[in-house]
Amino acid sequence: MTTAHRRPADPARASAAPGPTKRGPDRAPSDGRRTARSGHRRRRAVASLYLLPALLPYTLFAVLPALHTAYLSLFDWDGVTLPSFVGLDNYRRIADDPQLRAAAWHAGALILFFSVLPICVGLVAAAIVSRRAGRRGTGLVRTVLFLPQVVPLVAVGILWRWVYAEDGILNQALRAVGLGGLADAWLGSFTWALPAVGLIGTWVVSGLCMVLFLSGTQRIDQEIYEAARMDGAGPVREFVSITVPLLRPEFAVALSITVIAALSSFDLIYITTGGGPGNSTVVPGILIYRLAFGGGGVGVASALAVVLTAVISVAVLVINRLSREAP
Amino acid sequence: MTSVTSVTSPARAVAGRFAAPVVLAVFMAVVLVPFASLLLAALQPAGAPLTGFALPDGLHLENFSRAWSAAGFGTLLRSSVVIAVCVVPAAVVCATLAGYALATLDVPGRGRFYAYLLLGLSIPTEGTVIPLYYDLRAVGLTNTVPGLALAEIGAFMPFGVFWMRAHFATMPRSLIEAARLDGASSWATLWRILLPSSRPAVTTLGVLYFVWSWNQFLLPLILIQDPSRRTAPAGLGFFTGQFGVDVPLLAAATLIVIAPVVLVYLFFQRHFISGVLSGALKG
Repeated sequence: MTTAHRRPADPARASAAPGPTKRGPDRAPSDGRRTARSGHRRRRAVASLYLLPALLPYTLFAVLPALHTAYLSLFDWDGVTLPSFVGLDNYRRIADDPQLRAAAWHAGALILFFSVLPICVGLVAAAIVSRRAGRRGTGLVRTVLFLPQVVPLVAVGILWRWVYAEDGILNQALRAVGLGGLADAWLGSFTWALPAVGLIGTWVVSGLCMVLFLSGTQRIDQEIYEAARMDGAGPVREFVSITVPLLRPEFAVALSITVIAALSSFDLIYITTGGGPGNSTVVPGILIYRLAFGGGGVGVASALAVVLTAVISVAVLVINRLSREAP
Repeated sequence: MTSVTSVTSPARAVAGRFAAPVVLAVFMAVVLVPFASLLLAALQPAGAPLTGFALPDGLHLENFSRAWSAAGFGTLLRSSVVIAVCVVPAAVVCATLAGYALATLDVPGRGRFYAYLLLGLSIPTEGTVIPLYYDLRAVGLTNTVPGLALAEIGAFMPFGVFWMRAHFATMPRSLIEAARLDGASSWATLWRILLPSSRPAVTTLGVLYFVWSWNQFLLPLILIQDPSRRTAPAGLGFFTGQFGVDVPLLAAATLIVIAPVVLVYLFFQRHFISGVLSGALKG
């Protein structure tokens, strides 16, 4: 290669262009500062071209629609007739309307089931299982526990409708142990529908949390545990003083994923309860769907979508910030 | 060294020995039992009174053929495949090019472009779907494959760029420099030098994209209003409303929709798990 001796800043490298061209036509003259500068500029311009295929669909089909949602949220529109500008009225309605407020409460409650509970389960399970890390069967366990992550949530919803049905396995199990009196049509009960749907979320993400924490514990130096054991620490002390603090990054990841899952839990609710009975399981996603594509309230639905996006963004930001600060 | 084990009570030793296997068995059972219950339901004769966990009398596989033909799941699966075939390669290529540029090339304002792309990670589908429906309808793209495919590619881009950028950033700098010194263009460096050793990263992204595209529910539900042209999960959602009572048929249909994605997962499970885990640790 004749060019091997050239400095890294040589403009010859600028000839890169997306296309089958292996080398550009202008690699020979490298004698003037002007050529060097223009080559540099050209190279930067060409480098930008690599971004275009990603930026184009992302901007057109994600960012602009998100901005358009914000714009629509300022109008009263049924989706058919002419929209009328109402300013922030839709947002005021969100604060006043009891149904919309209920959706916010339910989303908050679902965080308990989609985030707090799975993280607790995952942590404890990972702490127990990590003591046999590397043994036979660990791969199988990982594969099985991750399975709920892969199945479409619609299918998960149908699966669990059948589990919760009056003749489903849950009631069957209750009757088998003599607690038949407790059997209920779980998803149709005003009291139980929300926790029942929430527990499906726990089922879906607990395995993910556990596998995440397990891979985190593998990163932790075993010598720390040995030192702690020398100092007389028991398994519980080990868990609280070593495992939990050192799993901080995994903790943040689990929290981000599960909080997003809790807040945008449309699929599961749509299939299992549709928001009912009454409004006992409505969440923002369900109301957005109902209002925009059934109820003629495109403006309010958009406002709700904006609030949801904002809440998710802030939550993710806060979680990431917290995860980076020293304990 | 001996002190720790010798002071442990026998009860504790037993607990320590059996706690892990027992916990694991319970967890696996909790995951698998609902699937088993669904499978058993799918094998029951149509219209039979069902209870959660009952062995069927004989294998009534006709539920699957009924779901496939009468309920139209063959057609739905085909449109899911068409969408995935459009979305996965296109999205992987776009994400690879952008990730490569952001990790190794001197792009003007690359920090800002990267931040702009990452912004999309916290936009939920609910935040974009309303105008997507009205705008795509205005240009005649609702009810079409390109409309849905483009919406998915746009939504999947932030993660893909993040993933490929992280991958290319781990490639040895000297390898890239050497290629450049030998006169390779940035294009040749990507295709000849970097991509051949990037198979695991690209495969993982492809598998994740396939699973997301297959499982996507809200976008096809809204952007494809014609029920017969929907994707499999969206069709399943519609189907539940219509035939919710015929449990064996619904169970069979659900298993048909689950099967492809579970097979892909089992085949690529290492890629999938590592992708979800490390991909989630975003920078």
